[in-house]
Amino acid sequence: MEIPGNSEEPRLTAREAGLVACRACARVWTPDHDRCERCGARLQSRDTGSLQRVWAWWVAGLTCYIPANLYPMLVTDTLMQETSSTIVGGAVEIASHGAYGIAAIILIASVLIPIGKFLAIAFLAISARRGSHVAPQKRQHLYEVVEFIGRWSMIDVFVVAILSALVQLSSVASIQPGPAALTFALSVVFTMLSAQSFDSRLIWDTARRNRRDRTT
Amino acid sequence: MPDTQHIHSAFGRPLEDLIACPSCDALYVARMPETGGRAVCDRCHTVLIAPKRKAGLRIIALTLAVLILVVSAMFFPFLDIHRLGLGNSASILDAATAFSSGPMAALGLGTAAMIVIVPLIRMLLILYVLTPIVFDRQPFAQARRAFRWSQELKPWAMAEIFAIGCAVALVKVADLAQIGFGPAFWMFSVLVVIVLFNDNYLCTWSVWKSLETPKNRG
Repeated sequence: MEIPGNSEEPRLTAREAGLVACRACARVWTPDHDRCERCGARLQSRDTGSLQRVWAWWVAGLTCYIPANLYPMLVTDTLMQETSSTIVGGAVEIASHGAYGIAAIILIASVLIPIGKFLAIAFLAISARRGSHVAPQKRQHLYEVVEFIGRWSMIDVFVVAILSALVQLSSVASIQPGPAALTFALSVVFTMLSAQSFDSRLIWDTARRNRRDRTT
Repeated sequence: MPDTQHIHSAFGRPLEDLIACPSCDALYVARMPETGGRAVCDRCHTVLIAPKRKAGLRIIALTLAVLILVVSAMFFPFLDIHRLGLGNSASILDAATAFSSGPMAALGLGTAAMIVIVPLIRMLLILYVLTPIVFDRQPFAQARRAFRWSQELKPWAMAEIFAIGCAVALVKVADLAQIGFGPAFWMFSVLVVIVLFNDNYLCTWSVWKSLETPKNRG
C-alpha cells in the first residue's frame, strides 16, 4: 500500500478529502454522486441514520430473545412421555447424559453469544456517539467479531429443523419444533441486521474528534 | 480513460486510482500487492486487496463443485434413524420444510433460504460474474450489480453452520435412536470445506477492477 505523507500524521479520510467512499466496493467519488457508478450501491459519506437503525433492530432482537428463552424449543414425544425443553433446559439435559462438550456448544451458541452480542452492539453504538477510552482499533475488532460470530447462533434453529425432520417414528419417538424456535431465529436475524446497520466509520470519527479536542 | 472520470483528484491521482477503507474511511492510493500478498489498511487492519494466483479459475472450479454438491445433497438422504424396527431418513429439503404448520411455515421458508437457496444464488451470481472475466470476454450485462448482490448475500448463506448443526443434532438424539449418515451428509461436509476455501480466494477489489476496465486487465 502506498502511503502518502508522514505515517505519524493521522490518516486522511475520504470524507476529509472532500470525497465519498463506496462501502461495497471501496471506490471513491465526488460528493455529488448518490450511487456508486461502479457497483451501484447507495453512497453516504456517513450513514446518519445508522445508529437509529442499530437501536431499532437491537430492541426488536432483544424483544424476541426473551420469549425464545421462556418457551420450549423442542417437544419430544416418546412411548413413555412427552417432554418439552427450553434452550437452557435442553443443554442441562444433555450435560446430565455426560456430553459436556455439546452442552457447552449449545450454551455458548444460544446464551453466551446472543447476550454478548447485545452488550457489544450497545457498547459500540453508545461509544460511537459519546466517544470512549477504548482504543478505536479494539472497538473495530470487537465489531468484526460481532459480525463474524452472529450468524453462528443460528445453529440451534438448524438443530431443531434437523431433529423435527428426522425423528418422526410415529408413536415410538417424534420431535416437534416449539414456539421458541421461531422467536429465537427472529432474534438472531434482527441482531444480525442491527450489527450490519452499524457504520463502523463512526468509531474512527469520534476517536479523531476526541483527539483533536484534547490537543487544542 | 473513460470520460466518466472527474477533474477531482486526491494525492495528485485520479479518483479511480484511489481506494477507501470500507471500515474506517482511510484513503489510499491503490497499488496491487504482488500475487499472494495483501494490502492492509494500516489504521484498522482491514484487508483491502489480496490477489491470489489463478484465483478466477480456481473459484469457478470450486463454485461448480459446490453447485453440483448442493443440488445432489438436496435430494439424497442426509441422515437416517432407526429405533425398534422403525426407520426414517431425512434429506436437506425435509429439514428445511420441517417447520410447516402455521407461523412456523415462515421459519421453514427462512431455513430453506439460508441453507440451500441463498448459497445457490450466490454461487450462480459468482459464476455469472467471473466466467467472462476469466476467459477474457466482456462482462455480462448487469455483472456489477450481480457481484454486489453476491457480496451482500454472503452473511445469509449458512450452509456451513447447518453442517455443524448436524453434528449437534446427532448427539442430541444418540440415546433416543440409532443414527446413520446418508450420502448427502458426506457431500455437505466436503461442501463446507470448499466454501471456506472459496471465500478465501475471492479478492473483491481485483474483481471490481476487472469489471471496471474489462479491456486492459492484467
